[in-house]
Amino acid sequence: MSNPVHVPERSTTSRPAEAPLPAPPAAKPRSRRSDPADRGILSVFDRRRGRVRWIVRIAQTAVLFMLVVASLGPMLWLAKAAISTTQDTLRSPMAFWPSGLDWENLSTAWNQAEISRYFANTVWLAMGSWVVQLLVATTGGYVLSVLRPRYSPVVTGAVLATLFVPGVVVLVPLFLTVLDLPVFGVSLLNTYWAIWLPAGANAFNVLLVKRFMDNLPRDVFEAARVDGAGPFRLLWMVVLPMSRPILGVVSIFAVLNAWKDFLWPLIVLPEPTLQPLSVRLPTIRDTVELDVFLAALLISTLLPIAIFLVFQRLFLRNVSLGSAVKG
Amino acid sequence: MNATVRWVRGGGLSTLVLLIPLLLAFGYFAWFPIGRAVVMSFQETNLVDAPAWIGLDNFTKVLSDPLFWTSIRNTVYFTVLALIFGYPVPLALAVLMREFRRFTGLMSVLAYLPVVVPPVVAVLLWRFFYDASSTGVFNTVLGWFGLGPFPWIQDASMAMPSLVLQATWANAGATVIIYLAALTSVRTELYDAAEVDGAGVWRKVWHVTLPQLRNILLITLILQVIATFQVFTEPFLMTGGGPNNATTTILLQIYNYAFRFGDYGAATALSLLLALFLAVMSALYFRATRSWSTS
Repeated sequence: MSNPVHVPERSTTSRPAEAPLPAPPAAKPRSRRSDPADRGILSVFDRRRGRVRWIVRIAQTAVLFMLVVASLGPMLWLAKAAISTTQDTLRSPMAFWPSGLDWENLSTAWNQAEISRYFANTVWLAMGSWVVQLLVATTGGYVLSVLRPRYSPVVTGAVLATLFVPGVVVLVPLFLTVLDLPVFGVSLLNTYWAIWLPAGANAFNVLLVKRFMDNLPRDVFEAARVDGAGPFRLLWMVVLPMSRPILGVVSIFAVLNAWKDFLWPLIVLPEPTLQPLSVRLPTIRDTVELDVFLAALLISTLLPIAIFLVFQRLFLRNVSLGSAVKG
Repeated sequence: MNATVRWVRGGGLSTLVLLIPLLLAFGYFAWFPIGRAVVMSFQETNLVDAPAWIGLDNFTKVLSDPLFWTSIRNTVYFTVLALIFGYPVPLALAVLMREFRRFTGLMSVLAYLPVVVPPVVAVLLWRFFYDASSTGVFNTVLGWFGLGPFPWIQDASMAMPSLVLQATWANAGATVIIYLAALTSVRTELYDAAEVDGAGVWRKVWHVTLPQLRNILLITLILQVIATFQVFTEPFLMTGGGPNNATTTILLQIYNYAFRFGDYGAATALSLLLALFLAVMSALYFRATRSWSTS
């Protein structure tokens, strides 16, 4: 998979080269219904038949019900348990209404269990990974796509090749590299650089940005060059503003993946006060009461879910790209 | 000298400067570690003494570890179960959702929701759901139907299916969305043609829908196998490899070698064996399926 760091949990290798670019905004689903040429497995004629219409309607309700129970159910249960007492959750976990609400859990988790600190750590980790990933992907993609020096096919090939190496291969050597950074001779252990810097070596991001820039109109670049723009100004004033859609995609997956990451931060951040939520939660489980622990789980989930709901269109349109990032 | 000046004037230097972030990031954290993995697998590395060449000792050690075959068996078991649970479900869901004309957006959001839940949160939550007592969450629900209580992850034979169930819940949504995207490009005229030939719903799915999804189905299959062979978080956090090593996977073994016993050489050797196996398997897979994917 692309980024050595993210691998083991999410793993996945190779897909990327063929990954399609973000699609143009899809037509509104409504227009589909009236378009007679657009049919599914059932024909338009079939759909009008009473019996078929009922079967479709029942199947639709059943699938919707199933999805609500399976996807939303555990999250709703978590939300309920986070504000119930430990006793209620243990004794009758599926009771619809707890015997009393215990809002305290959330503040206890946030303050006493120090979720606030680990939350801040996670945000900080995500921001740094995001900046490094954007920097590497934009400059790299720009050189390989727009400037195209003579040696660029070699670099592109070397970047592409890392996609075909399963992440598990680099796990241990990467750890030793971080422990004693060659040439610099410093150890990144227990610093956030150990997570930020390796996050940049994400081949998937580079290739995605490169492919996007490949499709930008080259005459615009020529015009800018004629006007006297050097390579840096061309990047900053012309190429980056035109690449905003793809940078959005890279950004969202960068932040979300940093939030999900577990194994790598576990290895390189042994110091508890530096650890992100994902590493801390399993330990917190043994040290606090159950209701506070469940509240901590809920708090840790809210931000990713909020990001997803806000940017859902972007997600659902680009997930076939993102799947390579997250398996 | 003159050539150098011309190179700098022509923008060669600024191009190189712009490429530095990429070269540093990949050099340090991708290319160098990949090469180092190969070297390390033939060395004894303990962070104290200088690494010493020990030939194939790491490989023989890994292969003669009694847990080696256990971890292989468990990993293959996980992969097979994940295919049985997880491969048909997203496909069926996507084909159905494509037929519906209402709530498609809502259904996609619902299907994808578990994917954005951080894996650690999902695993820890499910670990609680799997409580073996009769008041555990799943046991309570099953108790309404007169089933259980089941021991879930505390029982050696049920632990692995329990892990797979959780992993499927967490990952299926992404595949649903991929299939939904692929389904938009299915050519619908063929349905008309199939109807003329008197095909019913099932035969239309079998002879029109699925063949047009063949390429994406083949890719998701191999990607899923590669991903499940590297499963770590679920067994690590849910069962810790237990009970009685019933859920010790290859990646758990690698983790234990390196970060519990400090045997970095053995860990790298096992990683390389796994990578080699995955590479050979993917190559054979693409060779074998090439003939049907281009028809």
